[in-house]
Amino acid sequence: MSANHVALAYLIASVVFILSLKGLSSPVTARRGNAFGIVGMALAILTTLTLTENWLLIVFGIAVGGSVGAVVARRIQMTAMPELVAAMHSLVGLAAVLIATAAVHNPSAYHILTAAGEIPRGNRVELFIGTFVGAITFSGSVIAFGKLSGRIGSAPVVFKGQHWLNLALAVVMVLFGVGFMFSQSWTPFALMTAIAFVLGVLIIIPIGGADMPVVISMLNSYSGWAAAGIGFSLDNTMLIISGSLVGSSGAILSYIMCKAMNRSFFNVILGGFGAAEGAAAADAGKQKNYKSGSPEDAAFLMGNAESVIIVPGYGLAVARAQHAVKEMAEKLHAKGVNVRYAIHPVAGRMPGHMNVLLAEAEIPYDQVFEMEEINNEFSTTDVVLVLGANDVVNPAANVPGSPIYGMPILEVHKARTVLVVKRSMATGYAGLDNDLFYMDKTMMIFGDAKKVVEDVVRAI
Amino acid sequence: MTGAIDPIVVNLTVFVLAIFVGYHVVWNVTPALHTPLMSVTNAISGIIIVGAMLAAGPQPIDWGTALGFLAVVLAGVNVFGGFLVTQRMLEMFKKKPGKEENKGH
Repeated sequence: MSANHVALAYLIASVVFILSLKGLSSPVTARRGNAFGIVGMALAILTTLTLTENWLLIVFGIAVGGSVGAVVARRIQMTAMPELVAAMHSLVGLAAVLIATAAVHNPSAYHILTAAGEIPRGNRVELFIGTFVGAITFSGSVIAFGKLSGRIGSAPVVFKGQHWLNLALAVVMVLFGVGFMFSQSWTPFALMTAIAFVLGVLIIIPIGGADMPVVISMLNSYSGWAAAGIGFSLDNTMLIISGSLVGSSGAILSYIMCKAMNRSFFNVILGGFGAAEGAAAADAGKQKNYKSGSPEDAAFLMGNAESVIIVPGYGLAVARAQHAVKEMAEKLHAKGVNVRYAIHPVAGRMPGHMNVLLAEAEIPYDQVFEMEEINNEFSTTDVVLVLGANDVVNPAANVPGSPIYGMPILEVHKARTVLVVKRSMATGYAGLDNDLFYMDKTMMIFGDAKKVVEDVVRAI
Repeated sequence: MTGAIDPIVVNLTVFVLAIFVGYHVVWNVTPALHTPLMSVTNAISGIIIVGAMLAAGPQPIDWGTALGFLAVVLAGVNVFGGFLVTQRMLEMFKKKPGKEENKGH
């Protein structure tokens, strides 16, 4: 294939990737979108295969990686999607580092040599950028994966001078990058890569569990920029286009998640939120009364209601209660109760996490509503059932001076009756007491979300 | 103005335009599909496999091509895993036959 044919094939692949993302604008066209993505990838891989001499070996490599990916994709629990996504970000990051290293070793493989047999200075800068973004993506995603899968504690790790340390490391890393740009030698390249790996860890450890939707979107974005960076180094426009699509997608998701918490991106990234606010909750001290009830009470209340809105949160994912919820909703439907679901943008551990869990339980997506769509409906709703959510329904968000003041919440407190399923009275991630729990119309039901819902199903 | 355009400038042009396209396309993604969006972008960022294949491509095989080969395997996990898990999720969002009538017309 001539270089022009290759470039044209890459152009087609890039266009198809754009169509792929466009397909996700609605559940109806989404599967077609995914199919577009597969077509684009197949075209890109087959085209590239014609440029390689070791094509048999490469096909073998794709088969090995592909089978691992296929098995994981088939077996993964929907509740574990955040971990899977984090793990996949780390793979892209590591691949970027490996490719950049290979490129420094043998630049002729990518035709990026000057007449003097050196890598052009511009490409060196790009290799440097691709490598450090890749390295940060890799180690950061490994930490995020550890936090999400419970292998390491999800509490924020903060220490004094953390931000200065990060800043100093970043400066040193850039200096080594400049050194590499001028010398094209291994030492600065290896050192800056090592520092970038350390930085990735340091950036993610101070960020707590409930900020994971931001972290995971951010790493999504980084993995795209890493791919784009490699595209720059290799003068490959398809890599640049696809990488930028992914990068901007992750950046937009990060923005949406931050907005849903009413926090700036830097506030989340600098971390330590949970630890800092814990003290504020402790001084609330005075004993407040709440009502608690049984699953049977909940079944009675919901069975006699006209309308019920279910608010799922991370607790539902942890308890894997989605199938039980679906069963409960069907029984209520049979009694003529109008059951709907309200989803806060940051419910769960990644954007859209709750929607996928509900979809897995075969809950029709037209019963599932986003916050803006349903917030006005709470005041005319008989019963709201909060399943393992806390901060996203905390009316303190309307009180000036509260740490979460201004955060958009689901206005559950406006409903006639509120049922809250929770494991204990413990505070949520923000470390704040939730006045919702002490309202006269609220009934607490303590227990594991799945068990409680199953009991409700039996009692209806 | 003299001389040819540096490839970096061409790349930068493509980069900036692609970000604009990405920005406008992604804002149209419905929030319910944000998780599939992340997994499909995971798969698409597996496009880095192209770079890996080029690194693994040339003869003779040395440690540079070995690194490329390893990167091929890693990116292969992303490509296949990403698209397949997205497909699996999107199947769940499919309207079940027979449920159509239940919606109030």
